[in-house]
Amino acid sequence: METSIDLKVMDGIIDRYETKSSAVIAILQAIQEKWRYIPREAFPKLASRLGLSEAQIYSVATFYDNFSLEPKGKYVIKICDGTACHVRKSIPILERLRGELGLSRIKVTTDDLLFTVETVSCLGACGLAPVLTVNEKAHPAMTPDKASILLAKLREEEHNVA
Amino acid sequence: MEVKNRGMAIIDGMPVEIEGERNLLELIRKVGIELPTFCYLSELSIHGACRMCMVEDKRGNLAAACSEQPRNGMEIRTNTARLRKYRKNILELLLGNHCRDCTACGFSGKCKLQDLAMRFNIAGVRFPNAMSEPSVDASSPCIVKDKSKCILCGDCVRMCEEIQTVGAIAFSRRGSRMTIGTAFDIPLAHSNCVGCGQCAAVCPTGSILPRDDTGDVWRDLADTDNMMTVQIAPAVRVALGREFGLPEGENAIGKIVAALRRLGFAEVYDTSTGADLTILEESKELLERLADGKRHAMPLFTSCCPAWVRFCELRYPELMSEISTSFSPMHMLASVIKEQYRDVFRQVRHVAIMPCTAKKFERSRHEFSRDGRQLVDHIVTTRELVRMIKEAGIVFSELESEAVDAPFGAMSGAGVIFGVSGGVTEAVLRRVSTDKSPTALRRIALTGVRGMAGVKHSSITVDDREVRIAVVSGLGNAAMLIERIKAGEERYDFVEVMACPGGCVSGAGQPYAPQAQREMRGRGLYSADKLCNIRRAEDNPLMLSLYRGLLKGRTHELLHAHYKSSVQRTSITIRIRRGKPVSG
Ligand code: SF4
Ligand code: SF4
Ligand code: FES
Repeated sequence: METSIDLKVMDGIIDRYETKSSAVIAILQAIQEKWRYIPREAFPKLASRLGLSEAQIYSVATFYDNFSLEPKGKYVIKICDGTACHVRKSIPILERLRGELGLSRIKVTTDDLLFTVETVSCLGACGLAPVLTVNEKAHPAMTPDKASILLAKLREEEHNVA
Repeated sequence: MEVKNRGMAIIDGMPVEIEGERNLLELIRKVGIELPTFCYLSELSIHGACRMCMVEDKRGNLAAACSEQPRNGMEIRTNTARLRKYRKNILELLLGNHCRDCTACGFSGKCKLQDLAMRFNIAGVRFPNAMSEPSVDASSPCIVKDKSKCILCGDCVRMCEEIQTVGAIAFSRRGSRMTIGTAFDIPLAHSNCVGCGQCAAVCPTGSILPRDDTGDVWRDLADTDNMMTVQIAPAVRVALGREFGLPEGENAIGKIVAALRRLGFAEVYDTSTGADLTILEESKELLERLADGKRHAMPLFTSCCPAWVRFCELRYPELMSEISTSFSPMHMLASVIKEQYRDVFRQVRHVAIMPCTAKKFERSRHEFSRDGRQLVDHIVTTRELVRMIKEAGIVFSELESEAVDAPFGAMSGAGVIFGVSGGVTEAVLRRVSTDKSPTALRRIALTGVRGMAGVKHSSITVDDREVRIAVVSGLGNAAMLIERIKAGEERYDFVEVMACPGGCVSGAGQPYAPQAQREMRGRGLYSADKLCNIRRAEDNPLMLSLYRGLLKGRTHELLHAHYKSSVQRTSITIRIRRGKPVSG
């Protein structure tokens, strides 16, 4: 797992795009894809390569909720709290996950940078409610217990990798 | 080819000829209607966010006048019951999100929000105040920023971005969480802000203000152990008077001297004297460069504008060695004064009255300290001096003019014009020109160095060699010129840079004035020059005695700075807008 940011890799990512200011969103997306968030180190680099100031890039990065400036876990779990999921009891699932991981509404990522738990307004899969995603893979018809099992499985996978 | 927009429009029943105005707002203002605005400034791009400038057409459609083209046959109303109601609503909404502690605000009486609230007779605000807590960034020595007074008009952002190409501040977040600030909200002092203060100059509220250091100055004035000395920069004398009812641009130096004595300053000097030293030292550098036989790819850049020096340091660190090492006029004079009084038992304190916020940063630079003390103890901007004079109860208009003190009381007209863009260059040209006849002075004035244009070119011949000169104001223009020089498209021997559009007369420490009034300040300085019996720095008898006395063998030590830049290249390369230079 990468914790430090390799600036050469970042240059490589930027190289794939035209270095002009209008490419900033695409490049931020690519950077986020690589590190799961936009590291602060990206700002001076992007500024000098795109001809923008850091404040201008920060302006773009904070405009869209999709960009994160905080490191995210290896597994990003998004629990849908749209109307359909909410009435089918998504909140207890959320509470279970937060409880097991020691997370809250404010602290969304575990210290070992393995898990991030957040809510989303609607994943557009209301037929599968309540639904959550792990790194974009959907898990339908969840319950708190199923969520615990899922978590255990992810932890085990991680253990085997390490 | 650009076809000028022409035709007739009817505004509040009055027929008006359209003469190529770039928007309806300008047309409306032409007929003498002061349409309210927050986010419109003619020198910046159009933002269209505040909606105060809304007007109504015949059919009752609303439009923001700043963002609307004037069209032939338009019938516009600017003052209907509906519009008045909307404007009041907007003002109330803004006030609901704005610190309302007007009496304790440094911008009270000058604030546009306050002014419009009065104009539109806002008697009460229906909304609870969501911004009662100040949120202040006081890290910069130059400006103080308080988010709780921001109305999000974006004027500061566009100034910093479009005119200065610094981009230290920008909008961040969105919707109700939107604010103006630096990247990651780091303190301004750690950002790429250069302290020019132009954001403060355009902010309609007290959200960005030049820093006020008058408290420290009062304290020093009250301490009887101090011997208080002070200098007055050229641009101050033509801007301060209007605050006390004198015409804009009128030279009030005599009254300012008198006021400073009343405030308790023992010795009062004129920064123009320091400027004469700058002229002599900088000309020497230029002549040496011209004579050294090397082909310099880069010109000699002037050093008297601290916002420019900072900009160069951050964006073009490789060019720092091309900046003149001569002190700015302020530090020239301060250095001489502190040297003269070296052994005096009383503590000599030195205050500089400046049109500039960035001087507060220059003051604190380590290059300008001697024996562990800064050469200048405090910077007081023109606005701060106005406040001090008022606070002391001095009736300015009734003051009798007084002259500055000996022993450093002589100055040349060349030193006085430093306060306007092109002035430094003209002064240096007077020095390096081999023709010393009176007509030469006129000829130099006509080489293109004068006027408020953002980019000016000039050249003279010295010893059969053409000396190529550029004069720029506004940092965006400076950056554009540097890029052209780097690309080999232009070559110059000497480049004068002022960060403020039009030079120091437009400094952010000055009372705010629109372009036309700033031009009058410039004219005020040129007529002050004409009234001087000494027009060239080298003819100033004081210079001779200084060079033979106090400065003998020590000019390098006492009058030159070696910028030891500790900053690494940061990220501040805003792309320079191609095309026409922005003039200001
Ligand atoms: S700080 Fe001043 S100029 Fe900038 S957006 Fe706020 S109110 Fe407007
Ligand atoms: S002081 Fe100048 S550089 Fe700093 S934020 Fe304001 S406009 Fe930008
Ligand atoms: S001045 Fe037109 S919208 Fe602000």
